[in-house]
Amino acid sequence: MKAQLSKEDLLKAYRKMREIREFEDRVHVEFAKGTLPGFVHLYSGEEAVAVGVCEHLNDLDRIASTHRGHGHCIAKGVELEGMMAEIYGKKTGTCGGKGGSMHIADLDKGMMGANGIVGAGPPLIAGAALASKLRKDGSVGVVFFGDGASNQGTNFESMNFAVTLDLPMIFVLENNGYAESTSPKYSAKVGSDNIADRARGFGMPAVTVDGNDFFAVYEAAGEAIERARKGGGPTFIECKTMRYFGHFEGDAQTYRPKDEVKGARANDCPLKRFAAAVTSAGLVEAAELEAIDKSVLDQVEKAVKAAEAAPQPDLDALMADVYVSY
Amino acid sequence: MARKIMFKDAINEAMRLEMERDEKVILLGLDVAGAAGTDQPRDAWGGVLGVSKGLYPLFPDRVIDTPISESAYIGAAVGASACGMRAIGELMFSDFMGVCFDQLYNQAAKFRYMFGGKAVTPVTIRTMIGAGFSAAAQHSQSPYSMFAHVPGMKCIIPSNPYDAKGLLAASIEDDDPCVFFEHKALYTMKGEVPEEHYTIPLGKANIVQEGKDVTIVALARMVQFAEKAAKKLAKDGIECTIIDPRTISPMDWNAIYSSVEKTGRLVVVDESYDLCGVASDVCGHVAQNVFGALKAAPQMVTAPFVPTPFASNLEAAYLPDANKIEAAVRKTME
Ligand SMILES: Cc1ncc(C[n+]2csc(CCOP(=O)(O)OP(=O)(O)O)c2C)c(N)n1
Ligand SMILES: [Mg+2]
Repeated sequence: MKAQLSKEDLLKAYRKMREIREFEDRVHVEFAKGTLPGFVHLYSGEEAVAVGVCEHLNDLDRIASTHRGHGHCIAKGVELEGMMAEIYGKKTGTCGGKGGSMHIADLDKGMMGANGIVGAGPPLIAGAALASKLRKDGSVGVVFFGDGASNQGTNFESMNFAVTLDLPMIFVLENNGYAESTSPKYSAKVGSDNIADRARGFGMPAVTVDGNDFFAVYEAAGEAIERARKGGGPTFIECKTMRYFGHFEGDAQTYRPKDEVKGARANDCPLKRFAAAVTSAGLVEAAELEAIDKSVLDQVEKAVKAAEAAPQPDLDALMADVYVSY
Repeated sequence: MARKIMFKDAINEAMRLEMERDEKVILLGLDVAGAAGTDQPRDAWGGVLGVSKGLYPLFPDRVIDTPISESAYIGAAVGASACGMRAIGELMFSDFMGVCFDQLYNQAAKFRYMFGGKAVTPVTIRTMIGAGFSAAAQHSQSPYSMFAHVPGMKCIIPSNPYDAKGLLAASIEDDDPCVFFEHKALYTMKGEVPEEHYTIPLGKANIVQEGKDVTIVALARMVQFAEKAAKKLAKDGIECTIIDPRTISPMDWNAIYSSVEKTGRLVVVDESYDLCGVASDVCGHVAQNVFGALKAAPQMVTAPFVPTPFASNLEAAYLPDANKIEAAVRKTME
């Protein structure tokens, strides 16, 4: 599997994962200073899912994201500077400062938006996939959603809809073990530990993979996306992963065992695992990864400085863009 | 003098007292206890902003965490209430109404009428409203007029801790479907609240203050802004009556009409929109019913007709405030 990825691909994937990690860790630090507005939900720890999937996609392929959307945005190619400025509510933000963390979207990149409504993504991507199918352009739609969101009626309806219409759609479930403070052991009992088992009942192929293993995600997504591009219909991929911060910034996390995150950071970090795999296989030098680390750190620092310096939106932006014409 | 507690604690206390009084009262919602299915102690959250914290240990069978399935659990609150329970369904943010609205507007609201007066559905939906937190377009709305537009649902919008406790108790005890809107900016507002159980009748406005020149009708957080504006205007000799309707369905029309008959001037302040909203509705009713008393055109102070923006400067421009209210009042005095 690893051999199928060129060295260039490997370095690119690692860079994306590092960008997500540094971006999120920095937002965490800035938020703690009390300078950032609004609700912020961070993706640190789940990098291999977004990147493992999006490495197969191009700008014609659409994704829908969640409240925890920064990782999906970065993986889909949204520029870091615009994202950071958006989180700061600045004019130079991806959405001109009008959306914020929970609504970053870049339609040119096929990124249909982070989303404040849990379970809003699956129907939207069913529509994107329907458009792909009718246009016959070989593009696919991918929806990312959480274990909590998997209980939303929109998700069940969309699974049936995608199977009924044989849509080029991939359901990517990010099972990070919590919906706010609630475990899927309570809220998503499926007779097994795998929520993917539900999808099989709808009549689509479904797999559960180690979501902290970039290569496992990459392989499962590659198979599903290729099948969808060839007209083979939808697939469901459940990725078991872990979020490193609270549900949102400010969450005291009393519902988690003390050392859960510490242990995961030490032993199951998707970036560390990736680095160990590629260096021990002799595919990449450790120094090359370190160079990426350093370069990404600079990139994030630059994005923060630019966001801080940027102006707020002009006041006439308030009334603009409610309609195309009115 | 009664003790002072926060708005959110007043809500908590109303739920606790109702659950003590009546074992048919149950609470359903997302993380209303918290930590379900984990190895850690329950009651970890008590709702997203801690409003129901402490209820689970008292009523472990009746404080029920649900999957993120609003259609199912809000609908179940309706169904259980139609079958003898008195359920409180917590819809975290009113912005999420879209995910479950059928269970409210086609089901709960219509049972009694459609079934020839035979059904009783004493469900209460608690839900957050309000901008001002940089929570952007999907977590800042105040869509109560959409609920109030439906015959069969009562809409309650408290503006202070005392009213919150008494109105929530009344809503829970009421035999009709009630939707109770909690402005998140008010959660930490402190006020005098008696410790014992009490109710405030639904459909009865609160006259916050009386003045001879202008009637200001304001809801929820806007009441504070109206008071601020009135204080400033008083310095210039302009005396305002402030009416907080507290419920918009039923609406206490008599309180508004009789005040406008005295003042001849009306300003309606609403954090929601003017188009098809509470402000236009109040102006319309006043124009139809006490037109002869009006000395000036009624004024509406509302949010502009745009989604709630994220950036703090845009959000500040979006929200009604004391200055905008003051300007509207002065306009009626020209
Ligand atoms: C319709 C709706 N219901 C509830 C919420 C509040 N909420 C935001 S995120 C969240 C938990 C989502 O859990 P999950 O899908 O597992 O995603 P994770 O946060 O773990 O990434 C909840 C309940 C919401 N935003 N929208
Ligand atoms: Mg989750």
